[in-house]
Amino acid sequence: MAFEVAAGFRRRLLSSSVIDTARGTRRLAREDRQAQAGGSPRNRGIFDPKMLRGALGPAARKMNPRALAKNPVMFVVEVTAALVTLVFISDFVGLSHGAAQEVGRAPSFEFQIAIWLWFTVYFATYAEALAEARGKAQAATLRKTRSETPAHRRCDDGTFEDVGSSALRCGDVVVVREGETIPGDGDVIEGVAYVNEAVITGESAPVLKEPGTDIRSSVTGGTTVTSDTLTISITANPGETFLDRMIALVEGAKRQRTPNEIALSILLSGLTIVFLLATATLRPFGLYAGAPLGIVVLVALLVCLIPTTIGGLLSAIGIAGMDRVARFNVLAMSGRAVEAAGDVDVILLDKTGTITFGNRLASRIVALPGATEREALEAALLTSVEDETPEGRSVVELARRRLAEIGSGGPGANAAAPSPEEITTVVPFSAESRTSGVILTDGTVVLKGAVDAIVAALDEEAPPELKTLADEISSLGATPLAIRRDGRPLGVIELKDTVKPGLKERFDELRRMGIRTVMVTGDNPLTAKTIAAEAGVDDFMAQAKPEDKIARIRAEQADGHLVAMTGDGTNDAPAVAQADVGLAMNSGTSACKEAANMVDLDSDPTKLIEVIAIGKQLLITRGAITTFSIANDVAKYFAILPAMFVVAYPELNQLNIMGLSNPQSAILSAVIFNALIIVALVPLSLRGVAYRAAPAADLLRRNLLIYGVGGIFAPFLGIKAIDLLVTALHLA
Amino acid sequence: MIPSLPGLLQAMSLFAVAILIARPLGGYIRKVMEGERVFLSPVIRPVERGVYKVMRIDETVEQRWTSYAVSVILFSFVCILALYLQQRFQASLPLDQGGVPVGPVAPDLAYNTAVSFDTNTNWQNYAGETTMTYLTQMAGLAVRNFVSAATGIAVALALTRGLVRKMSPTIGNFWVDLTRSTLYILLPISIVAALVLVSQGVIQTFASSITVHTLQGAVQTIPLGPVASQEAIKELGTNGGGFFNANSAHPFENPTGLSDWFEMLLILIIPFGLTFTFGRMAGNARQGWALLAVMVIVLSAGSLVAMASEERSNPSIPAAVAGEVNQSAGNMEGKETRFGADSSGLFATVTTGTSTGAVNSMHDSFLPAGGLVPLFNIELGEITPGGVGAGLYGILVFAIIGVFIAGLMVGRTPEFLGKKIEAYEMKMAMLVVLFLAFSILFFTAVATATAAGKAGPLNGGPHGFSEILYAFSSQTGNNGSAFAGLSGNTLFYNVTGAFAMMLGRYAMIVPILAIAGSMAAKRRVAPSLGTFPTTGPIWVGLLIGVIVIVGALTFFPALALGPIADQLLNNAGRLF
Repeated sequence: MAFEVAAGFRRRLLSSSVIDTARGTRRLAREDRQAQAGGSPRNRGIFDPKMLRGALGPAARKMNPRALAKNPVMFVVEVTAALVTLVFISDFVGLSHGAAQEVGRAPSFEFQIAIWLWFTVYFATYAEALAEARGKAQAATLRKTRSETPAHRRCDDGTFEDVGSSALRCGDVVVVREGETIPGDGDVIEGVAYVNEAVITGESAPVLKEPGTDIRSSVTGGTTVTSDTLTISITANPGETFLDRMIALVEGAKRQRTPNEIALSILLSGLTIVFLLATATLRPFGLYAGAPLGIVVLVALLVCLIPTTIGGLLSAIGIAGMDRVARFNVLAMSGRAVEAAGDVDVILLDKTGTITFGNRLASRIVALPGATEREALEAALLTSVEDETPEGRSVVELARRRLAEIGSGGPGANAAAPSPEEITTVVPFSAESRTSGVILTDGTVVLKGAVDAIVAALDEEAPPELKTLADEISSLGATPLAIRRDGRPLGVIELKDTVKPGLKERFDELRRMGIRTVMVTGDNPLTAKTIAAEAGVDDFMAQAKPEDKIARIRAEQADGHLVAMTGDGTNDAPAVAQADVGLAMNSGTSACKEAANMVDLDSDPTKLIEVIAIGKQLLITRGAITTFSIANDVAKYFAILPAMFVVAYPELNQLNIMGLSNPQSAILSAVIFNALIIVALVPLSLRGVAYRAAPAADLLRRNLLIYGVGGIFAPFLGIKAIDLLVTALHLA
Repeated sequence: MIPSLPGLLQAMSLFAVAILIARPLGGYIRKVMEGERVFLSPVIRPVERGVYKVMRIDETVEQRWTSYAVSVILFSFVCILALYLQQRFQASLPLDQGGVPVGPVAPDLAYNTAVSFDTNTNWQNYAGETTMTYLTQMAGLAVRNFVSAATGIAVALALTRGLVRKMSPTIGNFWVDLTRSTLYILLPISIVAALVLVSQGVIQTFASSITVHTLQGAVQTIPLGPVASQEAIKELGTNGGGFFNANSAHPFENPTGLSDWFEMLLILIIPFGLTFTFGRMAGNARQGWALLAVMVIVLSAGSLVAMASEERSNPSIPAAVAGEVNQSAGNMEGKETRFGADSSGLFATVTTGTSTGAVNSMHDSFLPAGGLVPLFNIELGEITPGGVGAGLYGILVFAIIGVFIAGLMVGRTPEFLGKKIEAYEMKMAMLVVLFLAFSILFFTAVATATAAGKAGPLNGGPHGFSEILYAFSSQTGNNGSAFAGLSGNTLFYNVTGAFAMMLGRYAMIVPILAIAGSMAAKRRVAPSLGTFPTTGPIWVGLLIGVIVIVGALTFFPALALGPIADQLLNNAGRLF
């Protein structure tokens, strides 16, 4: 019995060290996968020459009017580009007569405007193609692993038949042996084995799979069994597997516009119609004023006024946002989920494993009256030096550190320090004795263990301080272990679940973003309160059952909050589904992953915080470029209007505050600026606007200054610069 | 562009007193519209109950937005039809002009006028003293002044309810809102205001006209009428339709400097007051203050430009004769000497910043830069501060658009007062912007391209263009002020104008009620540090930016061809 428990400890230790190694190599593995997938973003950035070249072709194909019709703003630009091209051709071959007095009726000018209008469309489709490129490459790599794999399916009579993985259906049972690829998503129903999931997670270290546990029994098709044999019940039909969904998601094949994108498109279409109206009516207004305006000039004004910058970059921003999430090894089931993450203002976090490490570690060693601290520390060290459990190692670490701090000067410094060599027998932990420790060569027994077990073995009456201390420690949710040397009590070790370092700062950051954190734990309220205060969360739920979580989420939602939570177990699934953003751990059950709208392939629950930041960044980028685009109009009016009316009212040249050299150059410069600004903003669209945690008012002030006020002034400079260049090159 | 000190003091005292009155008034309006007891309840409540009894209205039953909208449209169209018929048959109805018989109003003019008064526009293609009987003026036009203003308040309240309620299927009862705003708000203030106006010399009589012998020995017939009662609601309800053709420039409508100031005050108090109503209902007074700040800033800027512009002498008067013309009082053409350049510029700004359209001077005679202010005000969409109710619901549409554009920049999907702004709201908000632009630009384009339209303007060149543009802007914006100089009483302008007025009113109200309905049904997101702030100076600046860039810049090309070209040519000595 005792041995079995110790073996259990050891196995846990083994598996946890596997995870530790995995953590260490995770980044490496991920970069491997990205390198395979056609370029690590960290190494080559967005402007990987191969990808830049690769997007040239797809961008041209996206100019097909039928494909472009989804984007009303760019569609209008394309139609006008075709129109100006026709006007150019007809003027060039001399078909048009009598239009000579119209402003801007010169073939060379019309030609240049037409070229730049086509470029405007192409730049927009290029941005989208570039944003899609990385996802496509990643999908290609994943697709390789999805190839047909052989499967051993169990027949009704208990025999096995060999079929292809595409023949498997939900409910089929298959056996997978060492070295074979798991043919489909499923749950382990028999056997214990290690599985290499690198293809999904990028972790090269294998993961233990066994039946009956919430988080270790689900397997993913395409992963490989590296030891032993598993019997798996298939849970997904072909084409619906996790891998299939993953491919579709990273490729953006079924990318649907998010609600916010749709609403923004409506705004942009509305503005396009308004400006169409404003420019179309200028024709009769111009005639009334005695200055007929040519179609080319009107088109130039229209294209400059409609929000082409955001219209051209909108889908690229969305795709790039999803891609940022994917590069973070989080699989978002929809763009809607990423947007919702930006809106979240309450996060439910499990205490164990998310906020704390989940195992109890030594936090204090207190000497009892009659013993020096050194004696207590040395005894604690002895009892644990052969203890390989995390608890034991943490005692050793703490004791050594404290001993080093005390140095040789403290009381009892001259006492003989026992060395590990003196140990003859290791007394392992057993459920009956509830103690563990060592027996030294001189026969001295040094043990640590449950307080009542130690007290029972004492020679004398236990000092009252022992009980007080033990009670105090348990009341805070920690575990007290007493130490005895033979019949003499020396001290108490406090074993406590430890808050992960750096979390307090993260929660402070979230608070500045207006997000409230709620810790969920099964602990008693007192313990929960202690940990909550230590971690710096805003609120906690103690003694929480799964159904309490769902009730809490509903209550928060009823109060108008958007709630995010992470989960892994099947009993988390309803709450994960109820939450506005549910992040499931890849190690979790398939039920939980089904319920979630995001899956973290690294199974790191704290990533929820980064996902929220990415969601916010996506929305900010969209808003910043929209604001910039609309603010740009002011300068364009001042460039084009005086040029348009130069014949009718030369006095309006006083509005030419940029001092543009001549009407044709003014109009051409505005159109060129309008096209080039799309290219200039491609990096910003793909990388996203820099986000830092700050209250909304600060973000607004900062972004409004850069993109709003900047958006008003930037084109004045840009158009003037282009005008100088256009004039210098005698283009107009 | 700094006006003289007396002008500044007049503007500042006007805005300050208006805000001082608006604050308690806004609270009073909220109480009234939510059915709470107010100090007038003992007197008015029985009347209110009587109205419900007669009209068979159950005041406890609320309406969904669709049925609210149907009620508004139905009520308005019945009113339009009734007013049309009343004008057509006014000769057979009692009360002429104090013994002077008046014939029926021509069909197209009657149609234009009926639409005009029921849309709170009060565009007048007629001279009241010769065209309308006293009964038409009092039981027709003045009644419409009340109910069209009350309709505006009702819709503004419906939208506010939609924005502040949580998951509510309904947005109020139009008939109740209409009754309450008429009985508790417009009537009592009008009665007090009429008495104040009478004290200043505004007339109130059923007598016909008086015949006087002028100092030059000529004989002049001066029409009279029940003016004061109509004058009060004309200003209070931001209607603007004058009893006389000369409107508030007429000494019987606006006799003194004090009555002039008081009329401007009447114009401003309800549009200002409704921002406080909004703030209280939103549970955060600062929400209302922000909207008020936007209104006051834009209005002040316009006032400064208009006053300073009119204080200048006309630059186009040739130097040779400049010495013979005393221009020390500024550009006095078309202005009343008892008001002067400052008050005229201020009145022009106030009457167009709200959708009133009453005038105490002829905007057509303003220098082009001064004339640009009224035109620009109207084209901002009549939201700074805008008409009674219409200003609040209009500025809220721009607030929704502003939140949507810039709100993303804080990293959340946009929300206003905790309500998510989604595709449906954007669609409706853009419809409002679209109809506004369409009505102004399309009808102006038609007028400039057709003989019937071109026959209208008195002047040529950019000034003539301004006259046309102003006419359709004013009618679409439900302002009703005329740039003058345009012969509007033609079939073309009567019919197109009526369409513009209806588009400007109902094509706005219906999408706005749709927004109200869809917002009311939403859950309200709790505010936090991450919430986009719709209070404070940044928001005020942002909203002004959105109103100017999205709302007004659409008309920049048209304005460039009109008043801007006009002014630049005027500077160069060219006149039209």
